[in-house]
Amino acid sequence: MTSGKRVPLVFVLLSGLAFYYSGMSPAFVLNEVITRFIRDGVMVLALIIPITAGMGINFSIVVGALCAQAGLILAVDFGLGSLSGLLLMTLVGMALSVVSGLIIGICLNRVKNREMITTIIIGFLATSIYQLIFMVGYGTLITPTNQEMMLSRGIGIRNMVDLEMFRNVMDTLWLFKIGRIEIPLFMILMVCAFAVMIKYITMTRLGKKFQVVGESHEKALALGINVPRVRIKAIVASTLIACLGHLFYILNIGMLNVYTAHMNTDIFSCAALMAGGATVVKARVRHGLLGIFLFHSLFIVSPQAGQNIFGNPALGEYFRSFVAYGTIAFALILNARNQEAKTGSIR
Amino acid sequence: MKRFGVQIPQVFIIVFLVLMVVLALGFEIPMNWIISDALVRLVMNGVLVLSLVPMLKAGIGINFGLPVGIVAGLLGLCISVNLRMKGLWGLSAGMLFSVPVAILLGYGYGAILNRVKGKEEITATFVGFSFIPLMNFFWTIAPFSNPAMLWPIGGKGMRPVIGLKSYFAKALNHLWMVEVMGVKIPVGLLLFFALLCLLLFVFFRTNFGRAMTAVGENEQFARLAGVNVARVRTWAIILSTMIAALGICVYAQSYGFIELYDAPLMMAFPAASAILVGGSMGRHTHIAHVVIGTFLFQTTYLISGPIANEMMLPEVAEIFRLMITNAIILYALLYEGGKRHDVG
Repeated sequence: MTSGKRVPLVFVLLSGLAFYYSGMSPAFVLNEVITRFIRDGVMVLALIIPITAGMGINFSIVVGALCAQAGLILAVDFGLGSLSGLLLMTLVGMALSVVSGLIIGICLNRVKNREMITTIIIGFLATSIYQLIFMVGYGTLITPTNQEMMLSRGIGIRNMVDLEMFRNVMDTLWLFKIGRIEIPLFMILMVCAFAVMIKYITMTRLGKKFQVVGESHEKALALGINVPRVRIKAIVASTLIACLGHLFYILNIGMLNVYTAHMNTDIFSCAALMAGGATVVKARVRHGLLGIFLFHSLFIVSPQAGQNIFGNPALGEYFRSFVAYGTIAFALILNARNQEAKTGSIR
Repeated sequence: MKRFGVQIPQVFIIVFLVLMVVLALGFEIPMNWIISDALVRLVMNGVLVLSLVPMLKAGIGINFGLPVGIVAGLLGLCISVNLRMKGLWGLSAGMLFSVPVAILLGYGYGAILNRVKGKEEITATFVGFSFIPLMNFFWTIAPFSNPAMLWPIGGKGMRPVIGLKSYFAKALNHLWMVEVMGVKIPVGLLLFFALLCLLLFVFFRTNFGRAMTAVGENEQFARLAGVNVARVRTWAIILSTMIAALGICVYAQSYGFIELYDAPLMMAFPAASAILVGGSMGRHTHIAHVVIGTFLFQTTYLISGPIANEMMLPEVAEIFRLMITNAIILYALLYEGGKRHDVG
């Protein structure tokens, strides 16, 4: 059996066991998984294009998330509600992500073969810059129009910004109920639309270029493809999708944790993608969709399972962070071994 | 000067440091306090930074999996506290207990990293990250019995922060403390650091040490010369893990607390940043880079705290620190990448 099937199978077994011991009702778990599917689905899909282009896992999707948050804060600052607010935050977020995607792409073209570690560091650095802007810049250099979201000392934004005016704008569209299971059809279709779009991109000319660059730079050069340019395009696309994905996430929650909402989005999305059977060099849309279900069902049930088996919910927490980090570590180790086997056979 | 590789990060951090010293003088923060603390912090973090050297020299890259070594040290310290050992003996015992743990963990860690040649740094990061929750499991069920380390209620599972005051807090810091013109100089601590640096320096002059450097410089050539590359790399990783274990022992006694659970998760990044500020560039790493880098980096850390407090924005110091840490690592990655690109 290939590793593409083994990892999902392990997740099925683990979540099955954890579900059995958690004693949670299937309807509850299913509802939660659907919610997570809407919240995190697009974010997971954002990782696919850079992997296709041979750049590995793009941990700097965090930057896209930060752009989305910046757009959101601006919309709240100007007091725009509903549709005009949604429009503003999407536009601002997308504009920021294109710019930052370009910068990240240029950086990554300098560090071929070390892209992944660089994207992690870029994510950390962007977080610091973002915190500096909104914790210190706001109220000193930038004058806010909406005083309600500021801290009482007048400098910095509150930790929580309420998004009441946007809550339930999209989530309750076409909401169905089957028994105790709620199905927000519109949002599910939105996520699926993104999946189809990415599938479509991989079939266009640009998508083929991504694939060729991912396979081998020499081949791409021989075909007259401008490799650095294609790589930059891959990162810009990834950052853009991540930005939109994070907007889905925050709007679904209805609250913005200004300084922490973006944290770990990269780790969890990546772990979900790997759980679906993707590797560091090969990822498909179906891996993403399957992975979200598998990873998040394990995530939802494991604290309760830890409580029931060991009498300590913390153990379940540790278990799920181990699964998140461990899946990525495992994928990295496995990939290197496969590559070795490949080059070995050529020799 | 070229040997120390004066680069934008060094210039930047020195300018930043000078600026902060001027500010500190302006705010009338006592200078002798800053100098004493800077010396302590140099060693407190210096050993952890030193632990990066063997892996860098062997061409494995920056050890972002530092938590693996740190956990080994924490385990040694916990055993020592569990035996209720006090003072310098307690600390030495902790270091001694941590060495076999570090060798064992380092061996496994080395086996993993030898499989992922060329992608060591990213794999090390995630091995380190995933090792922490695994150890959290252990800390919650660890069979330790000293109530000072366990949760006060229930008496099961380790506390996240264990005070060392009645065991060996500052045991090494206070060894042969000399006061000159109001500046406290921790002679014992500095000598300990100097001894470790010297030992590592001597190690790289031995045949085995030279083989390690050779592997880092040109693996193919080393293999042709009859060096067992995998074995040398494994030993470099074990050595790094071992020094990291000692490093956290020094750090914990200096800080006065053992921090378990998620505390070591991000410790690799400031250490990496410090050695890069010192001028280390991949395989071209000297012990001097460790000392200079840690001193510059930690002193900026140290002064930024009280200055931010004076300016009524205490969070700013932390944000700035993280920003500088990651900006330096990013610069180093981009710089090295650019250089390789030009050559190839």
